[in-house]
Amino acid sequence: MTTGILLQIAQTLAAILLAPLLMGWVNQCRAWLQGRSAPPITQPYRTLRKLFHKDAVIAHNASPLFRFAPYMVFACMALAAGLVPTIANDLPFSPAADAIALVGVFALARVFLALAAMDIGTSFGTLGARREMLVAFLAEPALLMVFFTASLISQSTELPTIVETLAHKEFVLYPSMAFAAVAFWMVSTAENARIPVDNPTTHLELTMIHEAMILEYSARHLALIEWAVALKLFTYSALGIALFLPWGIAPQGELNALPLAVLALVAKMAVGGAALSLLEAISAKVRLFRAPEFLGTAFLLGVLGMLIHFLLEV
Amino acid sequence: MTLSLTYHLQVVNFLAAMLLLIAFAMLSQRRIVGLVTLFAWQGAALSLSTAIVAWSTDQHHLYYSAALTLILKVIAMPWYFYRLVKKLDVDRDVEPMINIPTTMLIGIALVIFAFNLALPISEMSGTVTRSTLGIAMASVLLAFLMMITRSKAIPQVIGFLAMENGLFFAATSATYGMPLVVELGVALDVLVGVFVLGIFFFQIRETFDSLDLKHMEKLKEK
Amino acid sequence: MNESLLSQMPELVNLAWMGVLCWIGLGFAALFLQKSRGLLSLVFPLGTLVALAMAGLGLAGLLLPASAVVLPIGLPDLPMHLRLDALSGFFLLLLGGAAFGVTLYAWGYFKDLAAGPLALILLWYHLFLAGMSLVLLADDAYAFMVAWEVMALSSYFLVTTDHDQPAIRSAGFLYLLIAHVGAVALLLCYGVLQGGEVANAGAYTFAYMRHAEMTPFWASAAFLLALFGFGAKAGLVPMHVWLPEAHPAAPSPVSALMSGVMLKTAIYGLLRVTFDLLNVQLAWWGTLALTLGLVTALYGVIFAAVQSDMKRLLAWSSIENIGVLLAGFGLTLIFYTDGKGALAALTLTAMLYHALNHAFFKGLLFTGAGSVLHATGERNMDRLGGLMAAMPWTAWLTLMGALAIAGLPPLNGFVSEWLLLQAFLLTPGLSHSYLNMVIPVAAAAVALAAALAAYVMVKFFGVTFLGAARSPAVSHAHEAGWRERLGMLWLAAGCVLLGLFPVQVIDALAPVVRLLTGQTLVNGGNWLMLAPVDAERASYGPLVFFAVVLVTLLLVFLWVRKAYHGRVRRSDPWDCGYPEQDARMQDSAEGFGQPIRLIFSSFMRVERDTPDPFDRQPKYRGDSRDKLWVLLYQPIADLAAWLSEQAGRLQHGRIQWYLIYSFATLIFLLVFVTR
Repeated sequence: MTTGILLQIAQTLAAILLAPLLMGWVNQCRAWLQGRSAPPITQPYRTLRKLFHKDAVIAHNASPLFRFAPYMVFACMALAAGLVPTIANDLPFSPAADAIALVGVFALARVFLALAAMDIGTSFGTLGARREMLVAFLAEPALLMVFFTASLISQSTELPTIVETLAHKEFVLYPSMAFAAVAFWMVSTAENARIPVDNPTTHLELTMIHEAMILEYSARHLALIEWAVALKLFTYSALGIALFLPWGIAPQGELNALPLAVLALVAKMAVGGAALSLLEAISAKVRLFRAPEFLGTAFLLGVLGMLIHFLLEV
Repeated sequence: MTLSLTYHLQVVNFLAAMLLLIAFAMLSQRRIVGLVTLFAWQGAALSLSTAIVAWSTDQHHLYYSAALTLILKVIAMPWYFYRLVKKLDVDRDVEPMINIPTTMLIGIALVIFAFNLALPISEMSGTVTRSTLGIAMASVLLAFLMMITRSKAIPQVIGFLAMENGLFFAATSATYGMPLVVELGVALDVLVGVFVLGIFFFQIRETFDSLDLKHMEKLKEK
Repeated sequence: MNESLLSQMPELVNLAWMGVLCWIGLGFAALFLQKSRGLLSLVFPLGTLVALAMAGLGLAGLLLPASAVVLPIGLPDLPMHLRLDALSGFFLLLLGGAAFGVTLYAWGYFKDLAAGPLALILLWYHLFLAGMSLVLLADDAYAFMVAWEVMALSSYFLVTTDHDQPAIRSAGFLYLLIAHVGAVALLLCYGVLQGGEVANAGAYTFAYMRHAEMTPFWASAAFLLALFGFGAKAGLVPMHVWLPEAHPAAPSPVSALMSGVMLKTAIYGLLRVTFDLLNVQLAWWGTLALTLGLVTALYGVIFAAVQSDMKRLLAWSSIENIGVLLAGFGLTLIFYTDGKGALAALTLTAMLYHALNHAFFKGLLFTGAGSVLHATGERNMDRLGGLMAAMPWTAWLTLMGALAIAGLPPLNGFVSEWLLLQAFLLTPGLSHSYLNMVIPVAAAAVALAAALAAYVMVKFFGVTFLGAARSPAVSHAHEAGWRERLGMLWLAAGCVLLGLFPVQVIDALAPVVRLLTGQTLVNGGNWLMLAPVDAERASYGPLVFFAVVLVTLLLVFLWVRKAYHGRVRRSDPWDCGYPEQDARMQDSAEGFGQPIRLIFSSFMRVERDTPDPFDRQPKYRGDSRDKLWVLLYQPIADLAAWLSEQAGRLQHGRIQWYLIYSFATLIFLLVFVTR
């Protein structure tokens, strides 16, 4: 139990500390693919440090909600990162919140961010909040469907149990997970404000979603949000690994498997980050009103995944 | 649970799911070139699954079918279609008649329907790959649905060919394939059909200056 | 159960009807106390005490064995049977709990009203509460229908409080009409249930109906009539059209009661008839209810997203929640008829939990909206905004309700949704393969509705309370009084506690679940962890969750402050280099709902007047109407109008003609009877 708690804390802290590194790696890959010279991999840390040192500038009419939201978003993402098995499958906190609760945590963070965006009352803030909720209302059920497919297979909504079924029991090829994987990729691009749904580097009012919401934030508040964004990317990558490539995560109570698990995680994250930037580089940003179609497709693929489970795997 | 199934059967099941996934991808694809690529992938999945069934059941004539599928549906026809699209210069976004999520929703209903339809038949059938029959049936219905929702000529032909893919898969999965002679005949028919249709495309375009089949409505007698 | 204990039991139901009598007494007392303003202002606080007592009685009824009594009230030979069992007890608890907060709120809300109108409101308000609790206590069809009508009529008079406005009058008429169509269906349903036994005087009691033998055909007829009758009350699509008209028209505390409690009486009736009175249950009823419920949920939430009137938005959201409840009901029936008792217990628990949750958060949201309406005189969100500064209490409490109804952890809405989704995930193993495959699709629909609810709530809260004020009316806004705040605080506390202590709530629900399904939900976890099936399968520990969120928040805050600084500079918001930005450039309520309107336009009839580009004084008007109104109700209304026109020809004005009509009818009936 104590090792479990230690592992839990270590995993969460590692996720918080390493998340900007993954972000830096993705940015680097992206720059290479676009033929630019890349920023150093530690660039996100420097940005965070710079932001934390600055004075916060807040609009006159900002309510306490506006100042509270970044903390809330960060806390939610830290919590989410702690729920996903990354190196060890031994998470004492996971019985308190299963995969459905994880979706709830993401939703909680999103609602707070959207409300904070509407708080100042600029046209950009409300625009961003509206678009974010538009993306979310399809992405969230789609993510749930992905989890449901996995939990129909493993008879559980607990992430450690899912990982155990997929990685540590007899190897079985699950066709339904192929559907879930495609749906998951589509959802995670949307949820992490990536091409083809959103573009993290744009500030063009016709296209931006996430950036429009956080335009009013500065200094430490912005730093917390940026960090939370990096954490979200990390958590989604960890989720993708846990659901579709779980081999290597140390099973419960096997401490000597840990070094290998860390290596496996680093390798998978590096490949995953590169794959993400590659997919981003070859796809085009869709029009805003194609985004619901894109996510609707993801949602229906998730539903199909569940159906395929009934067709082929029962 | 699938635990009782052997690995090659798992692979066949997986490929069956791929077939369905590609059928859905076709439903949601707007561009004709994308459609052709998906068609080629579907052919590849089909050919691979046929080869695996052949290997696992030791039926040699299925190897020929697999090879035939590979040559015709993965190489020859897609290549021909690419050329056709290039020549006719028709590769643009095409708006389907019904919007894509609705089409996919109908598609899901069709999958449920097809599976329940296939259930009694596959329970009778003694073959090891019987659970794939529902998927084969669903692929046929989905291809049909795609033909209904597209107004352009090339997507309709691809829909027709995808339907043939589904039928072929049904044949291999339920009865370990038809006699080789029949398969050869069908393959030849399809090949000839595609070429004839290709010629038709040029004719249609010369007459209407477009490949949109909506213009064919003008042909009906008033 | 030993004899001495049973002999003491009737006490409980006696206390309950005395409570009902207290409410009736308070109502009529108000009518006679109009002269004395001081005494009049005592009625509401006394009403809150009765509500609290009723909640207590409900809890006792939930946990103790059933008790019944026969009161010699009513027609000769038709005494009134009352009974308080676990099911009535649960709904009485729901009623008392929500009514306590709402009455506390109403005490402050109506305090500035003149004595005359106040006395009338007091009368109808307390009759409404009495009627609802009598519906829950009734143990015969006659008492049930009387109570049902008292409830419908008193709420009709409450809806038409502002009857000088034609729109409110017509809303009230629509409500009354549909309520009575539903009531007729219920009457027929009870007729079927007692098997047409005219001769047997005791056949109208529920006790008789419980033991009546039914063929599947007549049982189905009774079920369909009940579904129609209770569905009309609950706002089931397509009988929902009165709900978005009547709920906003009523004064806000009444809207809170109507949405939070009255709709649940319909759910109560449905449960009572289906699981208690009927001896046969068929699987297709469940499929029908599930389908209708999901359609209602999605329909409700889509329309909620495009509303501009905040109370109308909340009313549509009530339709959504009723849909979710009905879907839960349908799923319970499916499991129950398939012999999966444990799963039926899980689903029923989820559904009852959601009913309780909805009473609290919808009560809270309607009272919050009421405070905004009271403070600004404005229901249209397009003219609100930025109220968080002027009314922080209302804003934060409403935020609680909004987060709860959006199904966000660790509040209560999440728990019931979580339980329901777990139930959906347990379907594999049903004996029908079609159902096995349809149910995951149903889970997807529930998830979609929940996600859309979050959209709706961000819109509701963001447009009303955040941003900059959109009209001058908002600048005079004032905070709600202490009584209102206390009432809202009670409801918000309910949302939080129901969210944090699910294990205890589920234990309390066990008697109802056992009564209806014969099994209970066994918690595989401990007092902290909710594990509906077993801990390996799924568990949720909101207290742990909440504690971890709090600790993380605190740590992050302290770390940021300690390691860095808390310096803040205030300035104008960034204007993108365009200084002429004003509050009108924020999203309006309609603007926020525009994507949903565009995506789901096929369900709506959108009417828009877009101004000419050269118009000097551009005016925009947009309205998204319910398509069902045009497709279903307009033809019916036209038909009714045509029929009455035809019937109007019979009217001549001469008394002889009327006598001839009566005579002809008499002759016809005589012939008919003697044959």
